[in-house]
Amino acid sequence: MADIISEYEDRLPPKIIEDVRNSIAKGISETKLKKLLEATCEEYKNSRVAPGESVGLIAAESIGEPGTQMTLNTFHFAGVAEMNVTLGLPRIIEILDGRKELDNPMMEIYLKKPFATGKKIEDLRHLALQIKETKLKDIATEFTINIADLTIEVKLDKDKMKEIDLTTGKVLDAISKQLKGYNLRDNKDSIVLKARSKEDSFNDSYKTKEKIKEINVKGIKGIFQVLPVKREEEFVIITAGSNLADILQLEEVDAYRTTTNNLFEIEHVLGIEAARQAIINEILKVIESQGLNVDVRHIMLVADTMCVSGTVKGITRYGVVSEKSSVLARASFETPIKHIINAALVGEVDNLDSVVENVMINQAIPIGTGLPGLTVKAPQKAAKEK
Amino acid sequence: MADEEKKAAEEQEIEAVKQAIEGGEAKVAKAERIEEEQHIYKQVRSIAFSVLSPKMIRKMASAKIVTPELYDKEGYPVDGGLMDIRLGVIDPGLRCKTCGSKLKECIGHFGYIELARPIIHVKFVNIIMTLAKCTCRDCGRILIPDGKIGKIKEELDEIEKENGIEERRQKVKEIIAGLKTATKCPNCKAKQRKLSLEKPTTFLEDEKRLSPIEIRARLEKIPDADCEIFGLKVPHVRPEWMVMTILPIPPVTMRPSITLESGERSEDDLTHKLGDIVRINQRLFENINAGAPEIIVEDLWDLLQYHVTTFFDNSIAQLPPARHRSGQPLKTLTERIKSKEGRIRHNLAGKRTNFSARTVISPDPMLELYEVGVPFIIANKLTVPERVNEWNIQYLKQFVEKGPDKYPGANYIIRPDGKKKKITEETKETSLEELQPGYIVERHLMDGDVAIFNRQPSLHRMSMMCHRVRVLPGKTLRLNPAVCTPYNADFDGDEMNLHIPQTEEARAEAEILMEVQTQLVSLRYGLSIIGCTQDAISGNYMLSRDNSVKREDAIDLLAAVGVADFTKLPRKSVVAGREVFSVLLPDNFNYSGHSRLCDRSKEKCDKETHVVIEDGKLVSGVLDRNSLGEESGLMLRNIHQKYGKDLSIDFLGKVFRLGIEYLLRVGFTSALSDTDLPESAKMKIKEDLDSAKKEVDNLIIQFKEGKLDTFPGKTLQETLELRILEILNKARNETGRTVANHADKRTNTMIMAESGARGNLLNLAQMAACVGQQAMRGKRIEKGYDQRTLSHFKKNDLSPDAHGFISDGFKSGLTPSEFFFGSMTGRDSLMDTALRTPKSGYLYRRLANAMQDLKVEYDHTVRDASKKIIQFDYGEDGIDVSKSENGIVNVKRIIHTV
Repeated sequence: MADIISEYEDRLPPKIIEDVRNSIAKGISETKLKKLLEATCEEYKNSRVAPGESVGLIAAESIGEPGTQMTLNTFHFAGVAEMNVTLGLPRIIEILDGRKELDNPMMEIYLKKPFATGKKIEDLRHLALQIKETKLKDIATEFTINIADLTIEVKLDKDKMKEIDLTTGKVLDAISKQLKGYNLRDNKDSIVLKARSKEDSFNDSYKTKEKIKEINVKGIKGIFQVLPVKREEEFVIITAGSNLADILQLEEVDAYRTTTNNLFEIEHVLGIEAARQAIINEILKVIESQGLNVDVRHIMLVADTMCVSGTVKGITRYGVVSEKSSVLARASFETPIKHIINAALVGEVDNLDSVVENVMINQAIPIGTGLPGLTVKAPQKAAKEK
Repeated sequence: MADEEKKAAEEQEIEAVKQAIEGGEAKVAKAERIEEEQHIYKQVRSIAFSVLSPKMIRKMASAKIVTPELYDKEGYPVDGGLMDIRLGVIDPGLRCKTCGSKLKECIGHFGYIELARPIIHVKFVNIIMTLAKCTCRDCGRILIPDGKIGKIKEELDEIEKENGIEERRQKVKEIIAGLKTATKCPNCKAKQRKLSLEKPTTFLEDEKRLSPIEIRARLEKIPDADCEIFGLKVPHVRPEWMVMTILPIPPVTMRPSITLESGERSEDDLTHKLGDIVRINQRLFENINAGAPEIIVEDLWDLLQYHVTTFFDNSIAQLPPARHRSGQPLKTLTERIKSKEGRIRHNLAGKRTNFSARTVISPDPMLELYEVGVPFIIANKLTVPERVNEWNIQYLKQFVEKGPDKYPGANYIIRPDGKKKKITEETKETSLEELQPGYIVERHLMDGDVAIFNRQPSLHRMSMMCHRVRVLPGKTLRLNPAVCTPYNADFDGDEMNLHIPQTEEARAEAEILMEVQTQLVSLRYGLSIIGCTQDAISGNYMLSRDNSVKREDAIDLLAAVGVADFTKLPRKSVVAGREVFSVLLPDNFNYSGHSRLCDRSKEKCDKETHVVIEDGKLVSGVLDRNSLGEESGLMLRNIHQKYGKDLSIDFLGKVFRLGIEYLLRVGFTSALSDTDLPESAKMKIKEDLDSAKKEVDNLIIQFKEGKLDTFPGKTLQETLELRILEILNKARNETGRTVANHADKRTNTMIMAESGARGNLLNLAQMAACVGQQAMRGKRIEKGYDQRTLSHFKKNDLSPDAHGFISDGFKSGLTPSEFFFGSMTGRDSLMDTALRTPKSGYLYRRLANAMQDLKVEYDHTVRDASKKIIQFDYGEDGIDVSKSENGIVNVKRIIHTV
């Protein structure tokens, strides 16, 4: 039975084969199966795209048109205690712009087996706190500068430190690693910093004081909120702030499922193919959350255009559009003068193989019905006249 | 190469134009001989861009401009002036001195002026700056040792080959950035000085000003080979060309003057600017020749530089824009090209058409879906060209005979040589006699002609569909309300556009690719997007629910819908509504699907509302939005899949009319009493709301005493807000449920809500009982006065009423504060829409621009214009969404059919 189906593997896409496998009744006769497969092939053949179809424009329309129906509201509280999520139109724009800085970076951290299926959310507290970034200012109650001998004293909040499992020694380690040129002293409830060089002015001390506030004493940089959530049968940690590279280093984390909404981190850590898939997932997520219906194929095409060059490029005049080969196509989008001047300097030649240029000079566009070229042998009569 | 090609093409074109002119003259000689119109079929293969050299400017110029005067006393253009008729004609009756053709035939010719002193071209300052900075001030060589040049060049060529010209530009920039610090020429060991640019066009070397003459001299010294590193391709550009010694004067045809009503001439902005340039240039010449002091010459030179700069770009930050006498800034070359109103986006990428109409639209369900009702007034003006031949000459003569005023007549005849003749009462007779095969008659629009119908914003391809014309009395364009969805139209004053394709090719394409039938399935998600709406859904819902009609009424109904064959109607005196509906179904159609009343939780739905169609008979179930509506219409999608577009559009039209006709007969209106509730329900709602309010009050007390438990990660205040919201939402939902339980199911309002035709239970609950919490940005209303929302609440009042909870229903009426909160959210959503439209519009424009060139090639790969592969197989399986069922090939359905 399976043989018959696998015979069709190069005629049908894997998804359809899978569907057939799943939906046939047990004990179906061979002839019937064959008939079914033939019919499926026929149907598949009929539903294939026609050559020349302007799939790009269709994809652009399919995403652009529902854009008018999406909300602009950035702040969205899902459920009782969850974080801010950018949804709707702003998120779509954010993704397609290929922005490096997100409004609301977020991660979903899945955990490996023993950790994920713990009994209580409380068990995850420890891990969650491990992840959350703690800056020196979070555990300090006071920063003071002693003007006489130019030392900086940082008073620590011992209760808070205990809560997140920190000792003064650990804090000292963290500071000494990230701040060079200072001597550190543990002064029971506080830490005292003194510059090694003698020419330290008050100004410098002030600057250092501000600098050390931001020093990371515990947790992973960039992650400023953690929230363990029960999802179906397991616990997932959702974070505000994102740092995929460092999170994946943790041994408790299931690297296969853990994701972030920051495409650039995905591209860096996991590569361009992963970034492409991430773009698709993120756009789909937004569209579904708005109760709209857009086929994946359109989104795939957008994701592919953003990723063909090997890096994620936004759909902006600096990204995808600047990659176009045609001068006029670029000029018709934005900053036309710049493109024309640059083209003149290098003597660029526009071969008129994209759509806008042909619209500009009133010629058939090389898409759809404008694509096929017909060659007809001129009848004798016409030849004679010439 | 491409340049030569272009030139050759141009020459041919000129040749052709000349021939055409000669032909025209011949015509005048023998008026009776009418020749076939000459068509020149030519295709532009490529367009090359380069910088004009002084030599080239002289070569292409046909006049040297020496005087700023425009016209002499008689109003005739001055020779050597800016409106010289060697530059082309803009006045009727005159002939171009260069090419001899008349107005509209002559495309215009360039002139030039000799500049007294060189002038820097603003658009090239930046590149001039890098060139000057990175080359030796003495020997003109680039500041890279000879040995490295070859390597860098190779590297650059490699980059261009692999990543395209844009990457190369980037790399060049990097190299140049590294050069700027060099202080000594590696070739002649000359010391380099610090060069700076004072925007827009002044160059300083060690704080001393460099004149354009000196800059030009330096640029001249740069050898061709070194230019390449800067990205300049030598035959197309030479660095010194960027400092102009000669300025091309654009032809008058691109800066025509307009004659005002008073007979005065008003010149174009460009002519004004050019006048300034020529005048100052002339004065500069005179002063130099007269040996005027250097200061005066320099001042004039600077002034000339200013004028030339603003001639190219009048919106440079450092320069005051040149203005009209009225104070309005001049629109010069750059402003002409750029932005949405500029040449590229306004005139080249977007064009205007003739043979189009626009008016208000109104609905007419008696039209077929693929028809458009066109008023007589429009049909009299819009025409369809028909070529006369032996067989249709009699038929076309009828139109000519009727003339332009009687319908259906004709407005113009076109002779084979392309001359257009208007048909009037007087010329009718001659036109009729003249008509012979080869002529074209532009006859009035008639029933059955194809037209493209469009509503802006044209967001998807369904915004422009091809309809058949139906000429109707009245003054609006009419369409079947079922096609409102793809156009996103309503009838509150919307206007739509109609275009009449003028050639056989255009008509064929419109019919085959754009007809409404072909657009039934959305290409966005693969489901039917045209379906029944509003009354059509309620009507079919009522008909199929449990109503029955008398046989004669059924026949009456079906006849009104357009059915002529009643054999499918059972021979009973009283026919069930379902049986009436079944008449429309194709005979061997089978379908099973959920209706809105079905309980979806179970795998198999056994409720009687479940829609089952066997052999073209509606066995059970009610028809509602799930089966018939747009954007879901599963039954319609199945019919389309099985029977094709023509049957399904016919079916859809009939179903639509059946619904409406049925309602017309039984009457359908919603009443105020539909929202009436029994006293017990009212009591219950009041109790629910009161208890919710009490609960909230308790919470507030707890909060004030500090006894409230906080949610993790939230502050006390946030916790309170969240809990209040939760309670109030629960209360509102409860009232909704009460209303749903107690409302009379037989009322028309309920029917509309249940069938999905319009409104929902929530709307009903809002009318009958309680509008609910007004929320902004996911929170209760907060802003307003100091610590309170409105001035008639106490400060820090946290109660539901003070933060936008509307406990009244629309029917009982809102209190003033409630009404105000309602308007607040109303305004908020209005703002949201107003801000969203331009944002999403820009997103759409960017997407469309970036992806417009992608197409499926014959090898099934998706490629862009430069043949770069984007996808190997479209969407990974090559399935066209508009031919799929919600994006898939439905294997389960195929199993059923096999």
